[in-house]
Amino acid sequence: MVQKIETFYEVMRRQGITRRSFLKYCSLAAGALGLSPAFAPKIAHAMETKPRIPVLWLHGLECTCCSESFIRSAHPLAKDVILSMISLDFDNVIMAAAGEQALSIIDETVEKYDGNFLLAVEGNAPLGEEGMYCISGGKPFVEELTRVSQHAKAIISWGSCASWGCVQAARPNPTTATPTHKVPGIGDKPIIKVPGCPPIAEVMTAVITYMVTFDKLPELDNQGRPKMFYSQRIHDKCYRRGHFDAGQFVEKFDDEGARKGYCLYKVGCKGPTTYNACSTIKWNGGLSFPIEAGHPCIGCSEEDFWDKGDFYDRLTKVSGFGIDANADQIGAAAAGVVAGAAAIHAGASAIKRIASKKEDA
Amino acid sequence: MTDASTTTRKQEAVYVYQAPVRLWHWVQAFAILALGVTGYLIGSPPPSLGGQASDWFLFGWIRYIHFVSAWIVIVGFLFRIYWAVIGNEQVREIFVPSFWRPSFWGGVWHEILWYLMLAKEPRKYVGHNPLAVLAMHFLYVWGIIFMIVTGLALYGEGTGMDSWQYRWFSSWVLPLLGQSQGVHTWHHLGMWVLVVFVIVHVYVAVREDIMSRQSIISSMISGWRMFKDDRPVDRD
Repeated sequence: MVQKIETFYEVMRRQGITRRSFLKYCSLAAGALGLSPAFAPKIAHAMETKPRIPVLWLHGLECTCCSESFIRSAHPLAKDVILSMISLDFDNVIMAAAGEQALSIIDETVEKYDGNFLLAVEGNAPLGEEGMYCISGGKPFVEELTRVSQHAKAIISWGSCASWGCVQAARPNPTTATPTHKVPGIGDKPIIKVPGCPPIAEVMTAVITYMVTFDKLPELDNQGRPKMFYSQRIHDKCYRRGHFDAGQFVEKFDDEGARKGYCLYKVGCKGPTTYNACSTIKWNGGLSFPIEAGHPCIGCSEEDFWDKGDFYDRLTKVSGFGIDANADQIGAAAAGVVAGAAAIHAGASAIKRIASKKEDA
Repeated sequence: MTDASTTTRKQEAVYVYQAPVRLWHWVQAFAILALGVTGYLIGSPPPSLGGQASDWFLFGWIRYIHFVSAWIVIVGFLFRIYWAVIGNEQVREIFVPSFWRPSFWGGVWHEILWYLMLAKEPRKYVGHNPLAVLAMHFLYVWGIIFMIVTGLALYGEGTGMDSWQYRWFSSWVLPLLGQSQGVHTWHHLGMWVLVVFVIVHVYVAVREDIMSRQSIISSMISGWRMFKDDRPVDRD
């Protein structure tokens, strides 16, 4: 597909983008990454001198919501990322081509840019039945994934599917859906997790922009998530935090508190346990995010969020006790049994003592 | 059982709980009480308040009391470990029970029989009886270590990824116990383990104070273990 390795700038100019627009875009990208204005010229310099990074975007077991999110990125626009920043050589969902010729691009890229392309994985590989639950191009997806990953420079795990397993890996996980980093044979390539169902569009494009601009991976936390977007919880920057600290909660979705925009903690908000940037970057071009729309966060960027009980319960239901019960119900029942046993034992002890006293008398 | 109250006792009282241990015990007791109450409320908040957010700081205070009490327990527990090293013989028995001594298990068995009311009289101990040592070791010592570790892991989420709490605790506890929400649930279950421990602890202390051959509750206030008869004490 790509014959000569062009720089970003060359591609942009070829597409009729003026230098003025190009510099504007560099400033915007710097802003989106939370960098100072001094970085705009550096981004411009990088784009003028560095070749575009080839990206293979593979799709496993998933719903394509990551792609849906990605194409709605506003800063930078997804089209800028795809057309200018990277060379998106293959992406079955948004590419026009199809069939064997399209698939051959994968081999071409692997061969031509061995060790120099990015592998973006959306969805995950089900390992059950030797991978037969997800067939892509006539072969189990897991085979394609492990083959291509051997040659990649780094792997981006888009979304909760590739990062954690998501819904298809929820108990009992019938297909053994497995997140990228746990797939056997994936190799020791650096893996960047960008969780969320889907991840925020601007987070996705910013992660790519960062890697293109600085030619290195963004700083990751110890679980492999970019720190700049996943180092704090939704709760830490939530605009309803004041109501949380005050003790003002929505008790029911149609009550006075709900109308006044109180904290959604009591109706199950997972903001306090969810690492993501929704409360700062927001969604749909910074328009809103679930909590702002009056709905509790469901914690979609957290590992196994699907198995953490009801979305509308603050306390997680703990399975394995016959009926669904949360920690408080289990604990109170145990404490009740122990207290009851102690009371009976106390009664028996008293009877024994009286009896033995009579004996002694 | 012989009523020893009218006979003169020749066996001397033993100074078993040194002052720092007694102070630690009661500070710990009240701090754990505060932690239990505020911890429960953090999971199940009190009814919503009205008006402006700036009028109140109720939930903030609940969390603040929880954190302050937690620090008291942590510092106290570290001190207690230090004291177990430099203190008297009885002070370290809950940390290092004599599992390797067969007589220890004989003592445990005897205590079980005593609590099943099958043994006619209990044995006599300067420190804890072997069954109490087991309960203290597994429910209290390991229970509080579990709560401190999971608690600091949750605290580290608030202090941030660059804090020592996050680096030392959250970074490995969160992935190990089902991320943030999972650790919250485990921390909650840990609280109930301690509640069960407290119920048993208080009940048994009162019962043994009345029915055993030595003083229990007053010893944790005065430090002195009194004995109700003159026969020798049991080792294990």
